[in-house]
Amino acid sequence: MNSTYLSYNNIVSSLGFDSPTVVKNMHEGLSGITLIEDENLFPDPFYASVIDSHYLSKAFKKLGRNGGYTRLEQMMILSLGNIITASGVELTDRVGLILSTTKGNIDCLDPKHHMPPERAYLGTLGHIVKNYFGFATEPIVLSNACVSGLLAIAVGKRFISQGTFDQVFIVGGDVVSNFILSGFNSFQALSPLPCKPYCKQRSGINIGEAAASVLITKDNNNLPAEAVEILGEASCNDANHISGPSRTGEGLYRSILSAFKEAKVGPSHIDYISAHGTATQFNDEMEAIALNRLGLGSVPLNSLKGYFGHTLGASGLVETIVGMHSLYHNTLYSSMGFTELGVSQPLNIITAPTVRNLDCFLKTASGFGGCNTAAVFKKLGS
Amino acid sequence: MKTGQLKIKGYCSISNNRVILNDTLLMEDPGSDFSTFLKLAYKKMVTNYPKFFKMDDLSKLGFLAADILLKPMIRDSEMSKNIALVFSNSASSLQTDRKHQESITDRENYFPSPAVFVYTLPNICLGEISIKHRLYSENSFFIFNHFNVAYLHDYAMGLITTEKADEVLCGWVNCDTDDYEAFLYLVSTEGNIEHHKEEIIKLYTTK
Amino acid sequence: MSDLKQELKEKIITQLNLEDIAIEEIADNDPLFGDGLGLDSIDALELIVMLDKDYGIKLTDPKEGKKIFESIEVMAKYIAEHRTK
Repeated sequence: MNSTYLSYNNIVSSLGFDSPTVVKNMHEGLSGITLIEDENLFPDPFYASVIDSHYLSKAFKKLGRNGGYTRLEQMMILSLGNIITASGVELTDRVGLILSTTKGNIDCLDPKHHMPPERAYLGTLGHIVKNYFGFATEPIVLSNACVSGLLAIAVGKRFISQGTFDQVFIVGGDVVSNFILSGFNSFQALSPLPCKPYCKQRSGINIGEAAASVLITKDNNNLPAEAVEILGEASCNDANHISGPSRTGEGLYRSILSAFKEAKVGPSHIDYISAHGTATQFNDEMEAIALNRLGLGSVPLNSLKGYFGHTLGASGLVETIVGMHSLYHNTLYSSMGFTELGVSQPLNIITAPTVRNLDCFLKTASGFGGCNTAAVFKKLGS
Repeated sequence: MKTGQLKIKGYCSISNNRVILNDTLLMEDPGSDFSTFLKLAYKKMVTNYPKFFKMDDLSKLGFLAADILLKPMIRDSEMSKNIALVFSNSASSLQTDRKHQESITDRENYFPSPAVFVYTLPNICLGEISIKHRLYSENSFFIFNHFNVAYLHDYAMGLITTEKADEVLCGWVNCDTDDYEAFLYLVSTEGNIEHHKEEIIKLYTTK
Repeated sequence: MSDLKQELKEKIITQLNLEDIAIEEIADNDPLFGDGLGLDSIDALELIVMLDKDYGIKLTDPKEGKKIFESIEVMAKYIAEHRTK
């Protein structure tokens, strides 16, 4: 089978509007999470990673198309536009477009929103992005809870292997909304403080917003320095509960095992794990169990939720892109917020930026509905 | 590679208050509203799964269609099966999203319900089916403006040819303000119907 | 008190969608979770919302819920003592 690569990439987040800036800020120990006081979003002050609205509209205005786009559309267009230009790929009928989002323009359901509620249809969001750039193929919107971003990479790779497309642009995004905050709060899952994945003092998640894009291609000529090969991926359900993660980490365990099989690698090949790490009690514990069942407890690991919050449909993409840059810079980045291990099984949490020769990394994600996804990526020319 | 010889092992549709399994009309109830019809179908199809009543309409609809189609094919419910679930629709979970939005719009009466919120993701329907039939397999939920046979066809074929799944339960399960529709088909290496785009369209439109 | 217990049974059945269970089937001391009514973690969260919405009781520690939702008997006693509406 032909190889597929993750190529040009971009992150639009509270830590910057392009991947190198975001990674540099992370390296310097900055977090995008701040205390927000906005009653339109939530009755009480809350910690979240929110993009500065003035900065966003300034950046969007530079594109020369002002009115008529929602916050999420602006973020997605900025992010995707960046990599379409950088890659120089012509948008023919051999080029696919995948959008990954959990809730899309869900803020438009609020009667106070200036856009009509019909804007919340995810297919509409897909067509707005398609038409903005002039894609020749029908957009594929993937909405599969918190694995959406990572699963979108797997889906893109498969459509290329299957011969449907030669190249696929993926853009993922979600915004911080009163819809999402009220829901996670009713689940008593929101942390009253900046989140602390895998830590003894962890007390839940922070929500974040971001848009992220990546080009998947089988063309190994036009690749940026940080490009990686997708060695293997898989997605398995827990078949256990629609909101609580499996106590045995069954779905995640099976996803990683199956991704390893396709990648033809074992635990000893993995130099780094970019885990999900939402900082809820049950999720982090479940991951520790699944990873230890696979003998991965000693591999350096981080969760990036302490920098970006949980960016939902964007998270898998944001975290994979940071992983690409991590390999390129041969640097492991700290798991922000972590001080003391608070799961029942050993994990090797990265506590300071560390320079080390890196070749291969594992990215995992888990979400509501019992879904899990794992993927293995390898540096080029190594 | 098993490409080219993939088949459709069976299909099920629930729409216009009719339940059809492989050409056979199993039941109909033209007069009733959607939720009454769902309850009636649950009983007539001997579903016997109390958790059904906790689901939102999208999950109920997808769950019923999947259950009707899979039940006769699964002899040993404890046996591990690698049947991937690849569903699509146009309204995502919007019917339930609207319900959650209502619970938070009025600040004087602000009581979001976790039991509603959990269903504000379309793939929860796939989770419910996975739990019932013990499917530790892939779940993907796509949103298209219309039933997109080309993408579903290629994706299901890819899953089976790369041995990521033995069979794929594919289709369209949609609930919106004034309409609902479920159409599921099982892609397999055995069966009597060819897994071709034209055949799928024919099954989808002649229900 | 017996009115409150009756009311709670009705509410639990309708709000938690226990379609197949009749009021008479729930005894005052039956465990609500686990082997009893078979309620799960989402139901527990839903009961916390019900306490707030219908009785004006805000649980600050979700672990408190575990004890309070042990049975109809325990729940009714707690509500009678703490209700603000």
